[in-house]
Amino acid sequence: MTYEHAVETEGLVRRFGDDAALDQVSLQVEPGELYGVIGPDGSGKTTLFRILVTLLLPDAGAARVLGRDVVRDFWDLRTRLGYMPGRFSLYPDLSVAENLGFFASLFDTTVAEARDTIAPIWLQLEPFSSRRAGALSGGMKQKLALCCALVHRPEILFLDEPTTGVDAVSRKEFWDLLGRLKDEGLPIVVSTPYMDEASRCDRVSLMQQGKLLVTDRPGEIGRRYPRPLLAVRGGQILGLLGALRRFPHAAAVWPFGDSLHYTDRRSDVSPEAVARELMAYVDSAGLAGVSIQPIAAGIEDAFMWYMVQEPAA
Amino acid sequence: MSEHAIDSRELTRRFGDFTAVNAITFHVEQGEVFGFLGANGAGKTTAMRMLIGLLVPTSGSATVAGFDISSQAEQVRRRIGYMSQRFSLYEDLTVQENITLYGGIYGVSNRDIVTRTGEILTRIGLQDAGKELVREIPLGWKQQLAFCVALLHRPGIVFLDEPTGGVDPITRRRFWELIYEAAAEGTSVLVTTHYLDEAEYCNRISIMVDGAIAAMGTPAEVRSRHGAATLDEVFLRLTRPGAAA
Amino acid sequence: MKAFLGFVRKETLHLLRDRQTLAILLLLPPLQVLIFGFAVRTDVRKIPIVLVDPAPDVATLELRDRLAASERFRLLAVAPSTQVLDAQFRSGSIRQALVLPRDVERRLGRGDSLPIQLLTDGSDPNTGGIMQGYATAVVQRWYTDAVPSGNGLRIDASSRLRYNPTLESSHLFVPGLVAFVLTIMSAMMTAISITREKETGTMEMLLVSPIRPSAIVAGKVTPYVVLAFVSVLLVLIAARTVFQVPQRGSLALLLGECGLYILTALALGIVISTQAPTQRTAMIFALAGLMMPTMLLSGFIFPLDSLPVWLRAISNVVPARWFLLIVRGIMIKGAGLATLWQETLILVGMTAFFLIVGSRKLAIRLG
Repeated sequence: MTYEHAVETEGLVRRFGDDAALDQVSLQVEPGELYGVIGPDGSGKTTLFRILVTLLLPDAGAARVLGRDVVRDFWDLRTRLGYMPGRFSLYPDLSVAENLGFFASLFDTTVAEARDTIAPIWLQLEPFSSRRAGALSGGMKQKLALCCALVHRPEILFLDEPTTGVDAVSRKEFWDLLGRLKDEGLPIVVSTPYMDEASRCDRVSLMQQGKLLVTDRPGEIGRRYPRPLLAVRGGQILGLLGALRRFPHAAAVWPFGDSLHYTDRRSDVSPEAVARELMAYVDSAGLAGVSIQPIAAGIEDAFMWYMVQEPAA
Repeated sequence: MSEHAIDSRELTRRFGDFTAVNAITFHVEQGEVFGFLGANGAGKTTAMRMLIGLLVPTSGSATVAGFDISSQAEQVRRRIGYMSQRFSLYEDLTVQENITLYGGIYGVSNRDIVTRTGEILTRIGLQDAGKELVREIPLGWKQQLAFCVALLHRPGIVFLDEPTGGVDPITRRRFWELIYEAAAEGTSVLVTTHYLDEAEYCNRISIMVDGAIAAMGTPAEVRSRHGAATLDEVFLRLTRPGAAA
Repeated sequence: MKAFLGFVRKETLHLLRDRQTLAILLLLPPLQVLIFGFAVRTDVRKIPIVLVDPAPDVATLELRDRLAASERFRLLAVAPSTQVLDAQFRSGSIRQALVLPRDVERRLGRGDSLPIQLLTDGSDPNTGGIMQGYATAVVQRWYTDAVPSGNGLRIDASSRLRYNPTLESSHLFVPGLVAFVLTIMSAMMTAISITREKETGTMEMLLVSPIRPSAIVAGKVTPYVVLAFVSVLLVLIAARTVFQVPQRGSLALLLGECGLYILTALALGIVISTQAPTQRTAMIFALAGLMMPTMLLSGFIFPLDSLPVWLRAISNVVPARWFLLIVRGIMIKGAGLATLWQETLILVGMTAFFLIVGSRKLAIRLG
């Protein structure tokens, strides 16, 4: 079956009681793309994923995966998609090998047939193959879950927050694995609350409270940041924060690791000019040892900007 | 008695053959924000459990708020606040009911409960939400509320276990502003987190690898000592020594 | 097929690794047999007994006195013949009767054989055995005292079941126990197993696979069916060896009907699991909606006749009630399918009904 997009949704709506978990969500994922849905808990990512993997029905709108309708053609789709849900959804009292074997049998296949597909992950898992899944570390559990999602060689992969609660290094390893899978042409849709993971995707959608804030390549999102952005370093953070927020042209000031990110309200002033103004202001406030530099916006900057533009519920 | 908020000496915990925490020695000053970092399974949670008096050390000792964690666990627990990502507030009670409950547990007088409730709700912007079920309020507010509740009885030290997991970036920062304010008022904070940019907000940090402390100092010290530009790099080098940066 | 077998394998592993639950499911039923068996033993004192003495003499007077003096017996009367015995047994006014021959004194003197008939109301075989024991002891001692080295005493003891055809028997607890065991295994464990998948989130993974809900259920249920049969066998063996509970009917028919009831309980378990979102709710549904009626309204503990009319009406929809009739019929009366086909049909109908309802509600999606 030929199709244009790996995933295509139009105006998806889903409510739970009075809450609009999904509010007119429209997006497209291209074949072979590594697509990220970035957003905090409660933004609707899991609801979106559940609709796409045929677990939930939308209240309105339509969605197609691999060209097939998620509502009508779900039995067909269920043989073709791989899914890793948000919680660790494997059997803790079964071993690694037993879990894999079980999921293989569910799809009427065997682990042996999937050898090539899961090879890079299996390399890391094999030393633990007889250990109970419940006794694995967080990072290993995620890898096992990924393996089980891949064991039937799906045509598309949906991973809902696969790296949540896992340390930074394991997260990095996980994304390395995803990169290798993508290189083999598998379209992958991933959701994550970690903004820094967005840069590893081909394209991302930022999601907040059921709505898509912006969709683009990660670099583009940064480039499209609509106001001057500067990094301010040095001095005592709380004092500096307070002072900068009192600056009359400040739109937003947020801590970012060892610096503060300052966004100016005006769209018609150059970042360098703002830097000079700020420097003067900081001097006059008696704050010493401060350095100010214009910077390129990252995903997190963009996310926070768009979050504030959308009126909160 | 030590004048440090937390003073740990060779603190160790074994489970059978497995050494979860391996003779860690460190201290947290009064009013300091100390970041406790490490991979999953590195021993952070076990160490924290010992410090808050939930787990008995196999060997070594530690004092928290001047009290020994092994022999005076009860006094320790009365003087600390604790917030965990897994559980903080009761979902099927209202905001007000939660505050009153914890206030009662920690022996806060009724009058103080009323005053502090007002202060908390105003500070985080939940003035009209006193009668809402915790289940109904957005996650970001829940976490901030949980933090304030942990501080309700004005403990000198508060332990935070991954308090900002999964929360939106603005709420994360608001949360850290709350932490800063608490520290400025003299509360010592021991916080574990997976966000390495949050590590930069701390006065000092430690990184645990396989149960032992592999690096400790201010964020700048740790970075320069390992010749790395970011804490990310340091972390990578320590936890996966063979891997490429 | 591979999916189904893989599923059965997984469920078996879960079951075998949950040592605590396994121990309870296997050990509790035989334990209950022992508890019930020994607890039901009624206090055997003041047994109402009649002495049939057609030709009273010194020796028989001696026996009469001993019976009257014994705390264990209440000598109601001394009758000249066995004529009224029937009516007295049936009315329940006596539980035992000793029938002496004529010329007792002379037989004792000459060391001749002395045939004595001991009739016991055997509808309660536990106590029946005990009563026989006491009576025999008294007679034995009387004989030995009269004829120290004699061996002519012939006690012909027989239980007369037909004097109490309504069967207020302690053996009846065994079929009830079988029903109880099967209800727990099949209904409760099935409901819990299905809702556990929902709770842990693994149900999501299952739903997104090509396996059909019916295969999920069938796979989940199979190890428990096997376990249920094993448990039933353990109960029957324990009852047989420890308490000599009879098994008069066909064993094959008994196991077949057990199989049918297992299906009924399973179907019920499935229905419960579709209504319960969590394991705790499933357990409460199973306990309140299933266990209680099975214990109280099936005739297990309280005879159906003693229930008020409205409860008796409700008991008609309790599957265990019909199962108990069937099993008691087979085990104690030795009845066959010819007699029990109506009850069997009722169970079949109930099973079909529950299966249809349950499968309608099996979710193919969340929420």
